[in-house]
Amino acid sequence: MSETTRKQEAVVEPTIFELSSPGRRGYRFPPLDVPEIDPVEVFGESQVRSVEPAFPELTEPEVVRHFTRLAEMNHHVDRGFYPLGSCTMKYNPKVNEDVAGLPGFTRLHPEVDEVHSQGALALMHGLARHLAAISGMDEVSLQPPAGASGELAGMLIVRAYHTDRGNPRSKVIVPDSAHGTNPASLTLAGYEAQEIKSDSSGRVDVDELRRLVDSETAAIMITNPNTLGVFESRISEIVEIVHGVGGLVYMDGANLNALMGIVRPGDIGFDLMHFNLHKTFSSPHGGGGPGSGPIGVTSELADYLPYPVISRDEAKSRGIEYYFDYERPRSIGKVHGVYGNFLVMVKAYSYILTLGPVGLRRVAENALLNANYLQRKLEAYYELPYKGYCQHEFVLSASRQKEHGVRALDVAKRLLDFGVHSPTIYFPLIVGEALMIEPTETESKRSLDHFVSVMIEIARESESDPDVVRGAPSRTPVGRLDEVRASKDLDVSWRQD
Amino acid sequence: MSKRDLRFTESHEWLKVEGTEALIGLTDYAQGELGDIVFVELPSAGTHVSAGDVLTTVESVKSVSEVYAPVAGDVVEANAALEDSPDLINSDPYGEGWMVRVKLEDVSSVDQLMTADDYEERTKG
Repeated sequence: MSETTRKQEAVVEPTIFELSSPGRRGYRFPPLDVPEIDPVEVFGESQVRSVEPAFPELTEPEVVRHFTRLAEMNHHVDRGFYPLGSCTMKYNPKVNEDVAGLPGFTRLHPEVDEVHSQGALALMHGLARHLAAISGMDEVSLQPPAGASGELAGMLIVRAYHTDRGNPRSKVIVPDSAHGTNPASLTLAGYEAQEIKSDSSGRVDVDELRRLVDSETAAIMITNPNTLGVFESRISEIVEIVHGVGGLVYMDGANLNALMGIVRPGDIGFDLMHFNLHKTFSSPHGGGGPGSGPIGVTSELADYLPYPVISRDEAKSRGIEYYFDYERPRSIGKVHGVYGNFLVMVKAYSYILTLGPVGLRRVAENALLNANYLQRKLEAYYELPYKGYCQHEFVLSASRQKEHGVRALDVAKRLLDFGVHSPTIYFPLIVGEALMIEPTETESKRSLDHFVSVMIEIARESESDPDVVRGAPSRTPVGRLDEVRASKDLDVSWRQD
Repeated sequence: MSKRDLRFTESHEWLKVEGTEALIGLTDYAQGELGDIVFVELPSAGTHVSAGDVLTTVESVKSVSEVYAPVAGDVVEANAALEDSPDLINSDPYGEGWMVRVKLEDVSSVDQLMTADDYEERTKG
């Protein structure tokens, strides 16, 4: 038995169901002091279980220790460096959690009427105004519950806008470095994706764009800075070209972290964009949510925003100041059952107010500084396919390591052995063996230097002892997982025998 | 089978002529780049494809990629074994991992594709 196998067996944690023993309790309720009611009588037989649910039975400390052990086995942003950055998970200040945990927010039912939810509506209205100020957009809807949902809402707005002008048009242009959600969103909205190649600097090929646009171009979807961490320095020309044929310019706001407080997309000429509150504005997410992907538009497109819009009536003519405005005849309709993920909005609001305009600008400046520091320190050891200063992230390639049989995936796994989470790998698709590194603003020089030393060590190991890297991780609670089975035969539910 | 009998494309498909039909698959180089393949979307028999059309989609642990038709033809059958074992493309790309059998529209169109030597040269380094 290898050392790794022994170690894995030592830390394997049974499921909470396997830890259960009949009759164990955390709390015992006092005897019932009201008349007992038969649920079948109240709800009807079809609504009542015939067999009791197989809940696990444990004492409170057993439950606490089980979940603490699981948390200790996991790598997370509270435990170590996470160079996935705002792309996935930047560090989220705890004060936002405190604010979002206030009972006035957590106990608010989504169906509470406007009269009794004025505080929440005021917060949402205020957040939308802040996002408008940060982005230079005129109006913002907080309704889309995720980034891709914001993209889809944006593309439906593009379609509604062109339809009102007599022709919905048929094509939307996306760069080859785009997030995969972009072509998916525009396809869902009934458009055909037209890919545009990046030039040798990693930017949109402007001459190619000139050739591509015509009267069927509904829009271009562009991420700025793009997924290579490169600022689209010819963005004004791009805007002019697309506007020249009557198309709209959409910004994927996934990388807004690099621009906040420095550049406003609205000032550049973008017509609409989405924000990722769960990335840029600090809200933990992962495993599918919850997210928040508000959409901002210029006044020309405001009529198409998803309804209801949260409006303010300072005169309180209906007795209340903030209300859901459904009188939007040109709206694309609702994009979420209720009104987005409210507690994510609370965290973003708290984040924005805590930092203020100067603080938000410093976030972006520090994110850029940290990324450039890492890029400069690492470019001697890993291939840097697109040179020059980066924005908040940069993309290395493990192509030199590949010569020794070590791939980006192996580097990513080896990082775990040094207490560092993997960066994004194999994206963007235009870089082979890509390692996309985004340190974010919150990391100290010490933690950046630690990461640099680990990356250099792995580069050395790749030459001197590639098997160690290929076999990684070896110091974690479990070794390398079978990603094929995880993808094909994923089974995470427990069933009672 | 010998790689000498195969023809290749820039986008890393291989093609083997058998009479008026041809087998199409992904090259060893391509499967190595994609990594472990977890899913293959196969076309149904009778589908007509022109050269350069998307023939199938393969999903690996890294990414989703499209497989293009090297030449024009009609799909005769797809390799049903890939539904349960897409990893055959990794383990035996030129054999058990074949993807689609097509009836060629024009057998001579195959001559325009790369030979094994050309392809090897192209993927070197």
